[in-house]
Amino acid sequence: MLYHLNFGLIWKNFPKLTWGLVLSLELALVAIAIGVIIGLALALLYESRGRLCRGFITMYVEFIRNVPLILLVYLVFYGIPTLVDLRYDATTSFIVTLSVYSGAYLVEIFRTGLAAIPRGLMDAAKAIGLTPLQRLLYVRFPTMFRIVLPSLSNTFISLFKDTSVASVLAVPELTYGAQWINFNTFRIIEVYAVVTPMYLVTGYVILGGLRLLERQFKVR
Amino acid sequence: MPISASSATAPDGGPAPVVRIRGLKKSFGTTVVLDGIDLDVHRGEVVSIIGPSGGGKTTLLRCVNVLEIYDEGSVQIDGVEVGFTDSSGTRRKRTERDLAHHRAETGMVFQLFYLFPHLTAAENIMLGLRKVRGFSKAEARSIAERWLDRVGLTAKADSLPSQLSGGQQQRVGIARAVAMEPKVLLLDEITSALDPELVGEVLAVVRKLAEDGMTMMVVTHEMAFAREVSSRVVFIDAGRIAVEGKPKDVFQKQSNERLRSFLSRVSHDPGLK
Amino acid sequence: MDYILSSMKFLWQGLFVTVEVSLLVIVLSLVFGLALGVLVTYGPTPARLAIRLFSDIIRGIPVLVLIFTVYYGLPVTGLNLNNFVSAVIALSLFSTAQIIEIARGALQSIHHGQTEAAKAIGLTFPQRLFHVIFPQALRRFLPPWINSVTDVVKGSALVSLVGVVDLMLAIQQVIGRTFVPMPLYVLGALIYFAINYTLSSLSRMLEARYAYIRE
Repeated sequence: MLYHLNFGLIWKNFPKLTWGLVLSLELALVAIAIGVIIGLALALLYESRGRLCRGFITMYVEFIRNVPLILLVYLVFYGIPTLVDLRYDATTSFIVTLSVYSGAYLVEIFRTGLAAIPRGLMDAAKAIGLTPLQRLLYVRFPTMFRIVLPSLSNTFISLFKDTSVASVLAVPELTYGAQWINFNTFRIIEVYAVVTPMYLVTGYVILGGLRLLERQFKVR
Repeated sequence: MPISASSATAPDGGPAPVVRIRGLKKSFGTTVVLDGIDLDVHRGEVVSIIGPSGGGKTTLLRCVNVLEIYDEGSVQIDGVEVGFTDSSGTRRKRTERDLAHHRAETGMVFQLFYLFPHLTAAENIMLGLRKVRGFSKAEARSIAERWLDRVGLTAKADSLPSQLSGGQQQRVGIARAVAMEPKVLLLDEITSALDPELVGEVLAVVRKLAEDGMTMMVVTHEMAFAREVSSRVVFIDAGRIAVEGKPKDVFQKQSNERLRSFLSRVSHDPGLK
Repeated sequence: MDYILSSMKFLWQGLFVTVEVSLLVIVLSLVFGLALGVLVTYGPTPARLAIRLFSDIIRGIPVLVLIFTVYYGLPVTGLNLNNFVSAVIALSLFSTAQIIEIARGALQSIHHGQTEAAKAIGLTFPQRLFHVIFPQALRRFLPPWINSVTDVVKGSALVSLVGVVDLMLAIQQVIGRTFVPMPLYVLGALIYFAINYTLSSLSRMLEARYAYIRE
């Protein structure tokens, strides 16, 4: 093997990776925050409105879930500005795309979560005289969040991995940083030997933290 | 919209019943579950409702606090029809908000407890007090603590339901319903899901409530309890009241054939023969 | 619009490559994934640990990183494979890891009483697997597996980034020539949608079919 490992160049450019990791996490956080709002709103709309509304929501969900993320990324960044007089930078474009993307998955998660609330619990809430809005805020939401917490954790970690697609728009997240070092130093093995554990460890730390959170909030 | 307590009097001149049910009918799809129920429950009375499964006992209770909307007939609490309004002569179903107000006047305890899992015992009781009755947090807390004391669970005020035994959860369920000071308390087979050794503590609480004058409608399989605590026993079979009367009369005379076969199937208590 | 029609030939070729890549990955990952899935459920502890480690690592990194690592990294070890092969290898690794998990779940969901009953009538391990375990595990395996197939099709779009001229790259190239992005992106989306929606509908149908078997 005529390859000599040289990690020095990696450490020299390490900030690109660490800041890239930070950006990846930020992107995922913003996307899931917006996605939760979209998902909750649509889940509630879905069960309270008629067939037309439900049809549109289903179309949105099915479209996003069956089309590759990278196509959506290109579509939003390159395609939409040709239709509408909007200009945005790559990061904003990606955040919008990933938020809409996560929203579609979260609608399903919230719908399942709401359906999983035992009917008797709602009976008990009705029995003490709470109004529909009160039932929603004080019983349905808290119970549903505890039910869906594991799914939310998994979704967040998925989104964190999906931020790697942002690299195609030259958004300086972790994968872009890895590719930059790759192209500028040719230290492929080293850079991915460093970046792979970065993704793995971050993923496990998030998972561990979220599992702790789940145990705090266990239902029943 | 406040529910006006009626000062109407019954035909015999006495105070009107808290709960007056007339001609109650309810079907689920093609299955007729309640086929014309007439029942009065007076203040301070404990009415036990017994009967075979599927006979409509639970549905009857759920019509009283309108968890089910009945099809025909009338259910009045203190003279006010709970399920429908009668504006300008046409009978219209009440809105959800309206129903919520009516439900605040009844209390229900469920077979499977259905405590709110994300709230402590005290918070379970406080939720209705704060959001429906409008008490402040401090006031609600003190009321909740008082009721927890009465059901013997002061030490568990800040425990989550998952940390409580079945019997303890059910006692919290009772406290949650009673703290709202309902006009009538509806108990739906509240000991059926409990381990035998936990049943006693729950029945003790109910007995005490009855002694203190709580108006109750109790669906139960605990015949000894029904006999001991009720003012009246009602036997429902196939959607109708087949037998009604004082406990002694119902259990000892056993005038009805179906009642006899039901009792022999259900009870292992030789004292009921 | 004229451009679109004459570009259809390129898109069609790209679609062909996408299907090619996907099918290869599906077959490879199914073979290896099932074998390793059985091994991780029933095998000796060291094997189980190794496979789980492999699966956790692969699933813990983004698909794109996996593709880049294989594409840029393999030549260094002396193996000079073209981009198509690298891409197929990378995607197969990813899909294999997924299938290992799906298979593990399906196999473990079979109550161990079944194994005991099968042993009691004298069946050997392969016989137990094929006549008792697999038939029952199949219905737990198929719906999620079909979903993983849609993940493969979606993941195949990423191979465009290492120069494989699949549908995604074909779209990019045509846009580069004709400067009409939206119709092409929408067309591409619809094609991917058609493929994946058909698959996921199939998966849902299977799930519903099997749902009546309650235990």
